[in-house]
Amino acid sequence: MSASIEWSSAQVQDSIDALKHKPGALLPILHAIQQHIGYIPDGSVPIIAKSLNLSRAEIHGVISFYHHFRTTPPGHHVIQVCRAEACQAMGGRQLEAHIKDRLGINHHATTADGGISLEAVYCLGNCACAPNISVNERVHGRMNNTHFDALFEEISDALHTQTLEVK
Amino acid sequence: MMAVRVFVPCDTTALAMGADDVAQRLLNEAEQRGLAIELVRNGSRGACWLEPLVEVETPDGRQAYGPVSTEDIPSLLDQGLLEGKREHALALGNTEDIAWLANQQRFTFARAGITDPLSLSDYLAHDGFRGLERALTLDTQAIVDEVKASGLRGRGGAAFPTGIKWQTVLDAPAEQKYIVCNADEGDSGTFADRMVMECDPYMLIEGMVIAGLAVGATQGYIYVRSEYPLSCRMLDEAILRAEAAGYLGDNLRDSGRRFHLEVRMGAGAYICGEETSLLESLEGKRGLVRFKPPLPAIEGLFGKPTVVNNVLSLAAVPFILDKGGDAYAEVGLGRSRGTLVVQLAGNVKRGGLIELAFGTRLRQVMEDFGGGTHSGRPLRAVQVGGPLGAYLPESQWDLPLDYESFSGDSAVLGHGGIVMFDDSVDMAEQARFSMEFCKVESCGKCTPCRIGSTRGVEVVDRIRHNQNRDANLALLEELCETMVDGSLCAMGSMTPIPVQSALTHFPNDFLRTPDANAEGESS
Repeated sequence: MSASIEWSSAQVQDSIDALKHKPGALLPILHAIQQHIGYIPDGSVPIIAKSLNLSRAEIHGVISFYHHFRTTPPGHHVIQVCRAEACQAMGGRQLEAHIKDRLGINHHATTADGGISLEAVYCLGNCACAPNISVNERVHGRMNNTHFDALFEEISDALHTQTLEVK
Repeated sequence: MMAVRVFVPCDTTALAMGADDVAQRLLNEAEQRGLAIELVRNGSRGACWLEPLVEVETPDGRQAYGPVSTEDIPSLLDQGLLEGKREHALALGNTEDIAWLANQQRFTFARAGITDPLSLSDYLAHDGFRGLERALTLDTQAIVDEVKASGLRGRGGAAFPTGIKWQTVLDAPAEQKYIVCNADEGDSGTFADRMVMECDPYMLIEGMVIAGLAVGATQGYIYVRSEYPLSCRMLDEAILRAEAAGYLGDNLRDSGRRFHLEVRMGAGAYICGEETSLLESLEGKRGLVRFKPPLPAIEGLFGKPTVVNNVLSLAAVPFILDKGGDAYAEVGLGRSRGTLVVQLAGNVKRGGLIELAFGTRLRQVMEDFGGGTHSGRPLRAVQVGGPLGAYLPESQWDLPLDYESFSGDSAVLGHGGIVMFDDSVDMAEQARFSMEFCKVESCGKCTPCRIGSTRGVEVVDRIRHNQNRDANLALLEELCETMVDGSLCAMGSMTPIPVQSALTHFPNDFLRTPDANAEGESS
């Protein structure tokens, strides 16, 4: 299955128009676009720039500054792995290596079938129950290789079902 | 038959440990057995090691069970969960009597875990909005004076006196002023801000309204990191409900005064926890650090006088206005007044949120509350104060937890995060990570931080691989000095603190070559 996601200028314009009256509206607008489309398409940059009376370079500069914003479509599921100290203290580095190995990808990459994206994150705020990962913004504490493998199976099954439904 | 009230927490930690599944299983089992229960999704008490902590209301008070998994539900019900019986292996007795909770001194987190976070009636029934009601009867200077009397210092890490900051904004003449809450809690090992937002959001709202009344600001923003989506949702809902009840809006409690509040989501940039970078981000720009002066209190958000306070600083304010600044200042040590919210994390058996008067010794927290390491191996190093804080060896574990004691011993108290490491830790790898983190998260404005951190990773790598080790150790010292002296903000100037503490206290870790497999890898 391909990970390409349809979007339209009108959709982007709607997100902008709903928020552009706010002071300092750019981040809320970028969040809204990413939430609706899944990422911030290059083609949306000129539309945002025109609406806010800013240069395209300024918009691009903001998008590229923040780790959260993505300019390519994400996989169907996004897994974040915490790389920060509290998780390191509980074997986070070994878990991270296992997850990369299992998915066969590095951070900031998506599996070839477009199913899963892997992201590094620095703290999910659940540091007393480390190590942590999040799957589609849901945090899972006290993660270990076995738990991850079970989660991975679940996700893979869900992906398989989705594929069948699409067909 | 009256339905029995059962509490299953709903904060990120409880959810991460399976609280939703536990709640659902409980409802299903109760229905099958024809038992009437009223499920309450409360906040967390902060005993993360007991999550999901299920409580049952009985005539003798709330009875606790934890940590509960879905498989435990049938046996818990069999053994009298709904009557609050204490036969089950997970029974902990009266929640209030659990030593881990009873031995704390909760000023700010008095309500956390007891109430439904979004219930206004719960909040009001537990002293909520009393600080605001009092503030509405005071003039601006009297509110600021109360905060000054409390001795409250900024809980974000810099420990600047909150009352002085407010005074500066109060004295700055301007048509428009702002209250900005820094909820970009990026330090690993910290989660107290998140717990305020998810477990007692009205307390933060109340603190911000009081700050607005104190300095003459009518608009507030809460800048929440994007890694905390649940906090954003809870705050958004709490703000709507507070507006509907007249605690926010154009006519606060019919006083004719106004204050509006909005949540803004960050976008995964650690540097935006630095206040001027945060302001840039709120203005819709790259989060580049600003030169100071001018101070944000004079020229802050959109160039207007702005109070920028951490969540915990603002969350302490309702207590101070309600009970009085003197009541807050009554506890503490030296110039650190009131309570410190410690977050005990990493390799710890009983981790979580612990609120204590300043002055408790670090070792006491790690042993009495923490119960040692989770792995059972000997404790070796402790990082206090987030990724920019020093790694402390055993010789420093008897330091009292207060700002001056820590800074006097080259340590950082910061936002109160304590991350414990057992003896499997490789401190050279930790030092490398400190540099790597700075490299990933530097805003790039100043050279010592942007380039220094990149070179820092390389130099540590050469040391670890025994390439010209002595010369590179000397180079690392020099590099650290340059970053400390030449960086624009705390990111670059404090990154050397964990590195140097590792070098000073754990020098042997730098003298062995790491396993090829265990190599730290850049993302």
